[in-house]
Amino acid sequence: MTATKTPTERPPAQRVVRRAGDRLFAGSAKGSGIFILVVLAGVAAFLIGEAIPALTAPAEDVPGGEGLSGYIAPLVLGTLLGAVLALLVATPLAVGIALFVTYYAPRRIAAGLGYAIDLLAAIPSVVYGFWGLAVLAPALVPFHVWAADHLGWLPLFAGPASTSGRTMLTVGLVLAVMILPIISAIAREVFSQAPALHREAALALGATRWEMIKMAVLPYGKSGVIAGAMLGLGRALGETMAVAIVLSGGAGATLNLISSSNPSTIASNIALRFPEATGLGINTLIASGLVLFVITLAVNMLARWIVNRRADFSGAN
Amino acid sequence: MSTSTQSPTRVAEEPGGAIRRNRRLPRYAPLGLYVAGIALGAVLSALTGFSIALTAVYGAVLGTLAVYTGARAVEGRRKATDRLVTALVTTAFAIAMVPLVSLVYTVLDKGLARFDAQFFTNSMFRVVGEGGGAYHAVLGTVVITAVTAVISVPIGLLTAIYLVEYGTGRLKKAITFFVDVMTGIPSIVAGLFAFALFTLLFGNDVRLGLMGSAALAVLMIPVVVRSCEEVLKLVPNELREASYALGVPKWRTIVKVVLPTAVAGLGTGITLAVARVIGETAPLLITVGLVTGTNLNPFDGRMATLPVFAYYQLTQPGTDTQAFLDRAWTAALVLIILVMVLNVVARLISRFFAPKTGR
Amino acid sequence: MKLSTRSRAAVLSTALASTLALAACGAANETEASSGGSGGGSGESAAELSGDLVGAGASSQQAAMEAWQAGFEGEYPGVQFSYDPAGSGAGREQFIDGRADFAGSDAALDDEELTAARERCGGGEVFELPNYISPIAVIFNLEGVDSLDLSPDLIARIFTGQITTWNDPAIAEANPDAQLPDTAITPVHRGDDSGTTDNFTDYLFQTAPDVWTSEPDGVWPLPGGEAANGTSGVVGVVESTAGAVTYADASRAGELGVASVAVGEEFVAPSAEAAATIVENSPRVEGRGEYDFAIELDRQTEGTGEYPIVLVSYHVGCVQYDDQAAADNVKAFMTYVISEDGQSAAAENAGSAPISDTLREQAQSAVDAITAG
Repeated sequence: MTATKTPTERPPAQRVVRRAGDRLFAGSAKGSGIFILVVLAGVAAFLIGEAIPALTAPAEDVPGGEGLSGYIAPLVLGTLLGAVLALLVATPLAVGIALFVTYYAPRRIAAGLGYAIDLLAAIPSVVYGFWGLAVLAPALVPFHVWAADHLGWLPLFAGPASTSGRTMLTVGLVLAVMILPIISAIAREVFSQAPALHREAALALGATRWEMIKMAVLPYGKSGVIAGAMLGLGRALGETMAVAIVLSGGAGATLNLISSSNPSTIASNIALRFPEATGLGINTLIASGLVLFVITLAVNMLARWIVNRRADFSGAN
Repeated sequence: MSTSTQSPTRVAEEPGGAIRRNRRLPRYAPLGLYVAGIALGAVLSALTGFSIALTAVYGAVLGTLAVYTGARAVEGRRKATDRLVTALVTTAFAIAMVPLVSLVYTVLDKGLARFDAQFFTNSMFRVVGEGGGAYHAVLGTVVITAVTAVISVPIGLLTAIYLVEYGTGRLKKAITFFVDVMTGIPSIVAGLFAFALFTLLFGNDVRLGLMGSAALAVLMIPVVVRSCEEVLKLVPNELREASYALGVPKWRTIVKVVLPTAVAGLGTGITLAVARVIGETAPLLITVGLVTGTNLNPFDGRMATLPVFAYYQLTQPGTDTQAFLDRAWTAALVLIILVMVLNVVARLISRFFAPKTGR
Repeated sequence: MKLSTRSRAAVLSTALASTLALAACGAANETEASSGGSGGGSGESAAELSGDLVGAGASSQQAAMEAWQAGFEGEYPGVQFSYDPAGSGAGREQFIDGRADFAGSDAALDDEELTAARERCGGGEVFELPNYISPIAVIFNLEGVDSLDLSPDLIARIFTGQITTWNDPAIAEANPDAQLPDTAITPVHRGDDSGTTDNFTDYLFQTAPDVWTSEPDGVWPLPGGEAANGTSGVVGVVESTAGAVTYADASRAGELGVASVAVGEEFVAPSAEAAATIVENSPRVEGRGEYDFAIELDRQTEGTGEYPIVLVSYHVGCVQYDDQAAADNVKAFMTYVISEDGQSAAAENAGSAPISDTLREQAQSAVDAITAG
């Protein structure tokens, strides 16, 4: 990230030499770049094209009978609920992990520990679904019961507690595990790049390790962590299989995290309904996919904007 | 660098016991307090029916509290906060290890039942109930991933070359930005895109291996671009300039100097990009579907792939449920192994093909 | 540097070559079958059949179709059979478009589709055979209770959440002998779009109209409640949850309790015979061709020994095909499917109910009529 500027400072002399090979190579390289833009535009265009029949269809023809917005709104809520829950759980953990690996773990094993966390990112999402269904959901049932008894005054834990554990809470935790490596990898990166001079100066002034981190590392890494969290959020929003396997979804909009009635998420709803869908059903699902596309696009653009802003700042070190 | 983390203890120690605040807890005191905390936690959890998880939770909380109050009394507020944060950070790491260990253990435990020769040599063709295997799915995954790589690698690599070697101005900025944005496209949306595209081209019920590859390519291209771009940027400009000075045209410089220098990083990046898409399920579920026999032609009909195979074995078993569940878990195990192998390969590539004149 | 690129290329090409070598040989079980032929009853006519046989449609038939494919190809190794489980609607569409030789469908063709299908069949008739019958059982997990007698109203009230505990007076009244615990009822429904849900909701809609007011749908029409993915998903939840109840293929009940459903004055447990009987006794849809055995399932039946919650899936094809090979292949396949062998193979793999002899005779008349012309 720091080396961004170097390659552009190339001597202008090469522009004089313009051979056929050069033109061909430069052309195909540029063509590939433009092709990517075309693909992205194509994704949007085809999704819109296939979604139009659902957008224009009369409300009662859309599955559910309450029009397109009535169909998609609970899904959007479910998507956001699960992803935000995952983000709230994963971000502090990921920061802790990153600090542990960069500044607390013994040097010799730190790289190995970092790799172990990266392994979490390598596990396919369908396997997370298997694990969530077979292990995590049953293991969390006692907590669901406890939360319904003791935290029931919060709308989030209104209950009645699910007896199978296949709730939005469990889904949020599975998603948290899945985005943990994404956030912690970026946090690790920026933490380890915190200027050594600042860190050593802090220590030389007698700061404890935590004070050094608080003064020299966290301020430097803050925007990186935020950007990492946004990327994690983007991943959690679009996660499909793990949610489809674990969640007991399909209910209307609710904030209740621990009952067995949960709103489904956009992505998992598509995966569950698509194989049997026909006609307008397909168009409706694609329209919901378009909504997901727009949401994740917005989140990712925001994340990139934060990252880029940070890149400008970091030119100072 | 490596000594910097140890310095605080040394700095604190050297002024000696003259200053009251520098008194320290005995070296093994924190450990002892944690053990005591865990023991107490075991007793507490035994009150409500013993469970290991509760013991660990109680132990961590009690141990941390004990260490904090102990340090607060002996070492003062600042040291105590430091110890508290150390405990919290270590706990965070330990918590993250729990799902990893649990997941790997579960998959091994349930997946090894069918991890046999038959699983890798047989397909599900004409298999009713027990037996059968994922030969067709493994090969299908290999074929679809290979086609995806064939589409993605040239486009991704050329785009990276454009960004690093040629790109200027607004187009470069736009491509960089949208490639970044593209890395965040949900996999199911990529699947819908491929579905919409092929529906327009070939009608409503088309299901091809190629569709799956197209969907995966949408996911893989930005990863390839990003990693290749980072690697190409690391190639020292001196090499390029030396080449130009010898009168070598630019494209030959790139092909003969820049790319060979960066080959290790490119190999690693591409391998990791493959690892990223090989486990994708959702886009394949809606574009490629599943068949029971071996179909290795991505231009003709449905194909079996490992993730979709695992998913359907789990969710739509026949009457002999256990046989289906065993196959599902074994497929999950094979999938993890595939991804791990790719990760190891990526590491080996970067180790063995790294240019000797590195940084 | 040169060396490294070259060795990398070598590694790459070795990897590629080994992949191709691997790809060259088929799966162990496939090569065996095609070279040796799995033996069995390959008659003289078998050798003559060749070409493709393409089916598409309901995924509910998928497991049965695998069994049929295995048996059919054992008899006719020359035929390339494929079944695309694209969903009932897509299957009917593909058949009408002529891309599939036959369709598997959880619902009979509607009038519009029938007209289009006749056109596809060169103006000739269409056959619809109810070849896949699967009783849907109401399955529950209650310690010490193996069966309960439930009326449609009770089932509807359980699944709509109006009855919340198992020892509710309404259930106790219908089951005076059962030891009913005060466990809470957890109704579990399918989270995906399925023919099972469609038939179950249709049953409730027809038999308990006062309680169940939602139109039948493949997607569970009520908001909320425990949802699980696929038959195994719902059964899995019920197995692990005390007090849970769901609807699923009867063959998957295992150790769980199964409800007997009120039919007229008596209570009938799901069984293959009872399921086949109701299909046999249900009236045919009127105004259709001679070989169109589409039926109106009589869910409100009061006949003895009939089990009203069944999923019926049809095979839809032409009585007259343009192409001789297509006609022969469809005829041979349908002959196998309706044979006792075919039905018991499906029963074994998919847990369906074999069709009765009366239904077989009906179907045979249609199959015999298939010709090319």
